[in-house]
Parts: sequence; structure tokens; C-alpha cells
Amino acid sequence: MVAPLVTVVVDVMPKPEILDPQGKAVSGALARLGFAGVDGVRQGKRFELLLEADADGSLGAERLAEVEQMAATLLSNPVIEDYRVHVEQAVAQTQGVDA
Amino acid sequence: MRVGVVTFPGSLDDVDAQRAARIAGHDVVALWHGEATLSGVDAVILPGGFSYGDYLRCGAISRFSPVMGPLVEAATDGMPVLGICNGFQVLCESHLLPGALVRNDHQRFVCRDQTLEIRNAATPWTASYEPGQRVVVPLKNGEGSYVADEATLDVLESEGRVVATYVGANPNGSLRAIAGITNVAGNVVGLMPHPEHAVEDLCGPGTDGLGFFTSLTAVAAAL
Repeated sequence: MVAPLVTVVVDVMPKPEILDPQGKAVSGALARLGFAGVDGVRQGKRFELLLEADADGSLGAERLAEVEQMAATLLSNPVIEDYRVHVEQAVAQTQGVDA
Repeated sequence: MRVGVVTFPGSLDDVDAQRAARIAGHDVVALWHGEATLSGVDAVILPGGFSYGDYLRCGAISRFSPVMGPLVEAATDGMPVLGICNGFQVLCESHLLPGALVRNDHQRFVCRDQTLEIRNAATPWTASYEPGQRVVVPLKNGEGSYVADEATLDVLESEGRVVATYVGANPNGSLRAIAGITNVAGNVVGLMPHPEHAVEDLCGPGTDGLGFFTSLTAVAAAL
């Protein structure tokens, strides 16, 4: 029995009080392209983790807590960034085929 | 003293740091990021460069290199550790130093000779200087803007843990013009500019940077 896979997304954004020069540059470029009414741009990162789920396709609280730990220790730097974890979708998986 | 210089994949200034330590009279030991040993050295330098290609965040992946285990332990026990540029970023990611280094506020890479004011001459890396002394060393970074929350900045200043500040126009947007800081014990120093590129008259802006490496000798003599 192959464990079903689930995509878990970790969004990492610079904290509001941290200057975001990249977002600022993108914002300036949008204005130069003639897009009006863009008040600001913040640039962050999105991680998609492919995780082995429980047999019913769900992730237990323990596994989710582990993802939180991944996000807090490596994927983000809590000094300058906030993160948000959400389960995106169960990934359809081909059944194992007997040779 | 026996001074170790760690090489990570993507380190650029490890050989210059070795050379600077040698010119200052130390025995130099090359340390490899992938080996969980400090080979019995008395002090460690984390050099500049782009370790792990600056992937994820500068210093974020290096922080979990095998060598960092014993290094964090030794630093906590008081071993002198100097992180220069990328090494400073690694020290912040390791939480040996507070705050973080983010992209320069003007969004451009900066490469220039930079005047610094030495604010704390009591660390094992700055004891060769006088407090308030001005030195000129190269500065070259894309993500050298030092940030921390206001409370942390206040503590750093009030406890004398700002080791050096930029003189003149702020080159990268660092809060309170901070170029370098130290930990509570004073043995771990992070510095964004590059003293190892200013240790010989032949190249670089002069020899003002040599003091960062001779300071260790003064400290060793006092032991």
C-alpha cells in the first residue's frame, strides 16, 4: 500500500515592518508599465512540500506540527519573516502496478 | 593562536581570511563545512562569499552544516568567532547574534572602500584598536542591511555591543548605521565589511583591517 501524498504550502512573507526592496522595485516597474492604482507590492516565497499522508489522505496534527517546525527553523527566519502553512490538496496517485 | 577558517561551498574570501590571519602571526587551519570538527583551533573565522549560492536566505543553509554543531557549542563556551559578510549572515541565522541582514535598501550591490568607526575595542577581534578609531576597509555586499527590532537595537547600543558603525552616508540601509555587532559575552563578532582585504599595502585601501586579526594575539597574551 503506497501512502497517499498531500501538497502542503508554506507561504513566507517579509514582516510588515521590514523594508522590502524587491517588492518596492516591482511596484516601481508596474507603475512604469502603466498599471495604475497599485499601492504597494510585497515579495515573498512559496514552498510546496509533497508529504506522505495518512491512509485516508489527511495529515495528522503531529505531521502538521512538524511542518510548522520546518517553516520556523529553516524555511523562514522569524526575525524578518512571517509564515503561513496550509494544506493545498491531496495528490492523486497511480496505484502500484504489479510487474 | 591556531585560527580556523571555515570553507563552505560558495565561500569566496576564505583564502584571504587565511592569509590575513597568517600575516597577523597565527597558525591557520582550513576547516571544511562538511566535517563536524574544529580540529582543536583556538578561534574561528567564517568568511565572506555566497555559501550555498545564498539559496533560501543568505547563510540559512550553511547554518545547518556539520561544522556548525561544534562551532555553536564552542562559541557558546567563549571561543572567539568572527563572521565576515556572509559569515555575519551565518552567525545571525545561527542565532549566535541577534537581528538579520537583508537586501540593501537601494537594491544595488555595493563595492567601495568604507570608513568605519570602531565602537567597541574590547572584543578579541577589536582589541588592537582604540575606541572611536576610524578605519578604512572594503565593503562589498548585496544583502548587508542590518535589521533588528527597536528594543534589540537599544540593547545593542546601551550594552556597547555595536562593534563598528559606518561613517558618512549609510552604504546599505543598516539600522543605526551598524556595520558590526557582538554577542553578550563579547567573543562572537559579526562584521559586514571586509578587514581581510585590507591587510597589505600592495592591494586594498591600506592595512587598517589587520587589527581585527592581530587583536587575537593581544587577547592570547593577556591570558
